[in-house]
Amino acid sequence: MNNVSMPDILLFLVLPYLAMATFVIGHIWRYRYDKFGWVSRSSEIYEKRWLELGAPLFHYGALMVIAGHMLGIIIPESFTEALGISEAQYTLVAQVGGVTGLVICLSGMVILLLRRVLNGRVKRATTRIDVAAMSMLWLMVILGTLTTVGYNVLGPGYNYRPSVAVWWRSIMLFQPDVSALNGVPEIYRIHITVAWLFLAMYPFTRFVHSWSAPATYLTRPYVVYRHREPSPPHTPGVGKRWRTIGRD
Amino acid sequence: MRVRAQFMMVMALDKCIGCHTCSTTCKQAWTNRTGTDYVWFNNVETKPGIGYPKHYEDQNRWNGGWTLNRRGRLKLKSGGRIKKLMRIFANPDLPTIDDYYEPWSYDYASLTNAPKSDRAPVATAHSRLTGEEIDLQWGPNWEDDLGGAHERYLEDPNMRGLEEQITLDYENVFLMYLPRICEHCMNPSCVASCPSGAMYKREEDGIVLVDQNKCRGWRFCVSGCPYKKVYFNHVTSKAEKCTFCYARVEDGEPTVCSETCVGRIRYIGIVLYDLDAVTEVAATTDEQDLIEAHRDLFLDPHDPEVIAAAEVSSVPHDWIEAAGRSPVYALAKDLGVAFPLHPEYRTLPMVWYVPPLSPVVDAMSVGGYDAERPEDVFAAIEHMRIPVDYLANLLTAGDAKPVETALRRLTAMRAFKREEQLTGAGNESLAADVGLRPDQLEHLFRLLALAPYDERYVIPTSHREETGARQSEHCSIDFPGGPDLAATFGLEESNMVMPEADTSRDEDGRVRLNVREAPPR
Ligand code: SF4
Ligand code: SF4
Repeated sequence: MNNVSMPDILLFLVLPYLAMATFVIGHIWRYRYDKFGWVSRSSEIYEKRWLELGAPLFHYGALMVIAGHMLGIIIPESFTEALGISEAQYTLVAQVGGVTGLVICLSGMVILLLRRVLNGRVKRATTRIDVAAMSMLWLMVILGTLTTVGYNVLGPGYNYRPSVAVWWRSIMLFQPDVSALNGVPEIYRIHITVAWLFLAMYPFTRFVHSWSAPATYLTRPYVVYRHREPSPPHTPGVGKRWRTIGRD
Repeated sequence: MRVRAQFMMVMALDKCIGCHTCSTTCKQAWTNRTGTDYVWFNNVETKPGIGYPKHYEDQNRWNGGWTLNRRGRLKLKSGGRIKKLMRIFANPDLPTIDDYYEPWSYDYASLTNAPKSDRAPVATAHSRLTGEEIDLQWGPNWEDDLGGAHERYLEDPNMRGLEEQITLDYENVFLMYLPRICEHCMNPSCVASCPSGAMYKREEDGIVLVDQNKCRGWRFCVSGCPYKKVYFNHVTSKAEKCTFCYARVEDGEPTVCSETCVGRIRYIGIVLYDLDAVTEVAATTDEQDLIEAHRDLFLDPHDPEVIAAAEVSSVPHDWIEAAGRSPVYALAKDLGVAFPLHPEYRTLPMVWYVPPLSPVVDAMSVGGYDAERPEDVFAAIEHMRIPVDYLANLLTAGDAKPVETALRRLTAMRAFKREEQLTGAGNESLAADVGLRPDQLEHLFRLLALAPYDERYVIPTSHREETGARQSEHCSIDFPGGPDLAATFGLEESNMVMPEADTSRDEDGRVRLNVREAPPR
């Protein structure tokens, strides 16, 4: 930990753990106290034509981008090398996949943003937490685009796997090694910082619906029968203050 | 065999006067909240007409309900499970608010705040979604009493095959009212469409409900229901639907729409059925056989074997007894005069209708027949295809025979009672002609004409020994001192309040009610 600057410790050691704590505790809290608000907050009923175009593009693109990040930072470079995949080959595949996902995701985001701004009904239904969440998402994605397209595809190129990925795994394994980030280009550092802030915000936004992807639908019987509830379900924290958090 | 009890409603359409009392009382009780402003759990449609939401009966467009696959098995018309999940980000079959109507209110303040003027002040309509002024093109009951029928009469899907014969002359046009609530189907496609498993059918009484804590707003129930009776609350982002007023029904009281029905057209009771046979019945190959199969599913509550089986399946004793007195079982099965709405959707709906005789009778008097003579009415039923075939498309998947039988029975009942009034004894052969016994005609008369309250509603209370507590738990939440919806859902207050009216004042600085002054000479 010697050759590490104080700002680096704050941004790449303290912030990640704070963000992770907020992420975990925030979700538990939200699920417990605001299960009623745990929804997608779909606006399809207001406007359908543009949503049918934009929403699938955004969601499928985002899933591709998330998968790409996971592969990039979870799998060590040594592993792909052992499989006989060279650095150049890996970069090519990652860049083609990454840029494809990014283009799909971004085009969806542009459509959805225009729709939200231009359609009076959708605009009116947008809350402050939505604005905050979307601004953060846009910032993060633009910075990500700059790293991938601006720096890697068009610019000098940078292999983040020996540095950023190593640092990320060290954080996750609770053996933080901030010095692994020495020499990482600024643009990466900013993207990473915004991403932590985004994650810290995540449990309080409509993004929580992502955890409710209804996989059980594939196996459960079509018609669900239930007994009449013996007593009304107990919902803790129904007061006004609990309810407003996460929506505005 | 697993015997279950299920609530059922029958509506006798001849008696509906189209007053919309049911709709307004239901709305006051359940959907007078922000987010459900466009929602009518109960609505009354004028038929022929395209309905609410527009064209909801056209399943080629909305893909609601079930259909059979090549092997003759049931499948959701909108596609299988994987297809659904792939489309979860945008549901292609979802109606938008324009298919219902854009909810609006008026800036009433402009009436009281208007300055003195020669002209009557006008309150303009403002959308409750955008707050902006809107030009009203469609709204609740837009088609009431055939309003706009000249444009849309033939767009009604039940008109298929009848276009040739329809004329829009004032004398020949016919209309009827069709009150609709959720059908609390035995094979509900809304439940089957819900990816989260938030919707369920109650085992004890068959009521179909949405678990508000499990609903994640995926919206497939809305499109999955062929009757479009699940609605999307656009503020909470959750599905809501008719609850069969379970809070009332559990206490033995009829639903709000039934309780307040002016025409006394509604009947509520329970039927016993075999849970294990439901899927097979819904998959009946020929859709015109569905009604018969559905009727066979209702078990005879007087049959000792059925009673024994029900006891084994732990149906409470008073419920079995109530099933024996059920007016809906009598109308639907014993007397055979009631039919489900669009059985061909294969959801096995549990709100049935006694078809109206009035369109036939109306048309007869135009044709110079005597509507009091049963022979004439029988002949008319046979020859006047228009109302009969239309009713068949609505109620029996296009099969005119059962509708004719029901209409004959209604006619016979009238003639029988009329004769009895005049001569002291009804003509028993009339009963035999329509395949009923005289005491059955008497029963039909008692149910439809006398309609005593406790014979229309035979509702056993739920066994939870805390009767009464439910009603206070589940009342509407918009009451003084209740939770503040605007704050709860993070909406700007202005989203629900109409824009400030022009508050210009009179010369003396006081705001005047608009009392017209004599114009200056
Ligand atoms: S009518 Fe009611 S129970 Fe039947 S599918 Fe529609 S919402 Fe479900
Ligand atoms: S209250 Fe009764 S008579 Fe009036 S519209 Fe409703 S169902 Fe018809």
